[in-house]
Amino acid sequence: MKDKRYRIANREALIGVALVVVNFALWYGFAYGMGGGDPTEYTYIMGFPAWFFYSCIVTTVLMIVVIAVLLKFVFKEVPLDDDKEDDN
Amino acid sequence: MQWQVIIPLAIFVVIIFGIGFWSNKLVRSSDSFLSEYFLGGREMGGFLLAMTMMATYGSASSFISGPGVAYNTGLGWVLLSLAQLPAGYFVLMVLGKKFAIVTRKFKAITLIDFLRERYNSNVVVIVSAISIIIFLFASMVAQWIGGARLIESLTGMNYTTALFIFAAVVLIYVVIGGFRAVALTDALQGSVMVIGTIILLIGTVIAGGGITNIMNDLVDINPNLVSPFGDQQQYTSAYVSSFWILVGIGVIGLPQIAVRAMSYKSASGMHRAILIGTIGIATIMFGMHLIGVFGRAVLPGIEIGDKVMPTLTMDVLPPVLAGIVLAAPMAAIMSTVNALLMMVSSTIVKDIYLHYIKPDASEARIKKTSFAVTTIVGILVVLMSFNPPDLIVWLNLFAFGGLEAVFVWPIVLGLYWKKANKYGAVCAMIVGLSTYILIDRLSPNLFGVHTVTFPVFLSLIVFVTVSIATHKKITEVPKYI
Repeated sequence: MKDKRYRIANREALIGVALVVVNFALWYGFAYGMGGGDPTEYTYIMGFPAWFFYSCIVTTVLMIVVIAVLLKFVFKEVPLDDDKEDDN
Repeated sequence: MQWQVIIPLAIFVVIIFGIGFWSNKLVRSSDSFLSEYFLGGREMGGFLLAMTMMATYGSASSFISGPGVAYNTGLGWVLLSLAQLPAGYFVLMVLGKKFAIVTRKFKAITLIDFLRERYNSNVVVIVSAISIIIFLFASMVAQWIGGARLIESLTGMNYTTALFIFAAVVLIYVVIGGFRAVALTDALQGSVMVIGTIILLIGTVIAGGGITNIMNDLVDINPNLVSPFGDQQQYTSAYVSSFWILVGIGVIGLPQIAVRAMSYKSASGMHRAILIGTIGIATIMFGMHLIGVFGRAVLPGIEIGDKVMPTLTMDVLPPVLAGIVLAAPMAAIMSTVNALLMMVSSTIVKDIYLHYIKPDASEARIKKTSFAVTTIVGILVVLMSFNPPDLIVWLNLFAFGGLEAVFVWPIVLGLYWKKANKYGAVCAMIVGLSTYILIDRLSPNLFGVHTVTFPVFLSLIVFVTVSIATHKKITEVPKYI
C-alpha cells in the first residue's frame, strides 16, 4: 500500500531542503561577497553597511515572503489520522 | 528592590499559575493520561505550535549571553545568529507531515516511541534514553542557573532565594499541568519575547540617535565591529557558516523540538506555524543580537557580557516598559526549562519505567509516577544549580551539539529511507556522540569549523554504510515509510 499522503510529504520536505540551500547561498554571498573589504570604506544603505543590509535584512524578509507564498499555493492539506484517510 | 520590574514579573507568574491549574483539570479528566500529560492530546493549533517551537528554542543564550557576545564582537555575531532562521521553517517542513502521520500510526507519545517502533531495537532505545537524560539534564541546569541569576540581578535577592523562587514557579505549573500547560505558557512567553525584543530595539535606536549615528560611533570605536568578521577578525566564513549545522538544520535532532512536530492537530495548523514561527524566530534572533551591537555605541564600557541586556534595558527604557522587556529573558528561560523537564520526565516514565520496569502499571499508578518523576527531576536540577559553573553558553551548546550528533540521522533517515536499519542507527548514534566528545575534548573547532560539523557528517556516512552492508539481515522492511 502506497500512502498518497507521503508523496505530498516528501515533496514538501524537499522544498524545505531547497529553501535552506537558497537561504544559505544568499546569506553567504551577500555577507562575504560585499563585506570582505576594508570596513572603513563600506557603503551604507538605510544606515546599515550594505553587506549587512542585504545578507541579514533583505534575505530574511525575502525568505519569509517566499515561505508565505509556498505555504499558500504549493503546500497541501492532508488528514493526519489514518481513519480519516479511509473515509476518502 | 525595583518595583517597576518586579510587578510585571509577578503578574506574569500569576497568569502562568492560572494556566497550570486550568491544564491540570484537563489532565485529571482526560481518558488517556499519557497522551494528554506528555503530548497535550495532540491538539495544538498553528499559533500554539509556532510559539512553543520558538519559545523552546529561544533560551537564555538568545536574550542574555548572545547580546553580550554581539556587544563585544559586532555585526558578525548578528550574521551568525541568523543561521537560526531555518529552525523556524526547516524543522517543520522536513519532519513535516510524514512525521505526524507515522507517529500517529505508531501511537507514539515520545520521540523514543517512534525510534523503538521504527528500528525495533532495545539498544537504540537505551542509547537514546541515556543521551536525552544526560544532555537535557545538563542544559536544564544551565538554563536554571541563568534564570536564578536573572532574578538575582533584577531584584537584588541573593542567588539561593532567587533559585528557590524560580524553581518553585516552574515546578508547580509543569508538574500539575503537563505538556498542555507547557505549550500554553509558551504562547504567553513567546509573545512576551517578541514584544520585548521590538520595544527594546526601538528604545535602543532612539537612545543612540538613529542607526546612522550608531554605526558611526561603532566605526569610531573599532571599524571591525561593522564587518562580518568580529572585532578581532576572529570569525572566518567557514566558522560562521558551520553554525548553520549547529543552530539551523541540526535543530531537527533536538528531541525537545522534534517531539513538538508530532503534537499538532492538523496540516493547516502546521502551515500557519511555519510562517508564524519563522517570523518570530527572525524577530527575536535578529532583534536581540542587533540590540547587543547597538548597545556598544549607546552604552560603552559594560564589562560583563551577560549584563549588557539588563543594563541597557534599564538605561534606555522608561521603568514600566523596562519591566515588560525584562520579563522576556525570564520567559525565554522558563519556556526552555519547562520543555526540557517534560522531555526528561517523559523519557523516564514512558520509555524506561513503563517499558522496562512495569509495563502493566495501572492508570492511577502511571499518574502518580509521572507527577513524582517530574518533581524529583526538577528538584535534582535545583540541587545541581547550587554550585553553578560559569559558562552558560558552553554548557548549553555542548548539550545542543551532542544531541544533534546522536539524533539527527536516526530521525530523518528513519523517516525517509526504507533501508535505514537498527545497525546503522546504533552505529551512527555512537559514532556521532563519541566523535563529538572526542573532538570537543581534543581539538574543538577542528579545521576552523564548529565542533558539531564533523560528527554530523561522520554519523551520516556510518549510518548509510552500515545500513547498506547489513540490509540482508533485516527480514522485514517497513511498509509505512
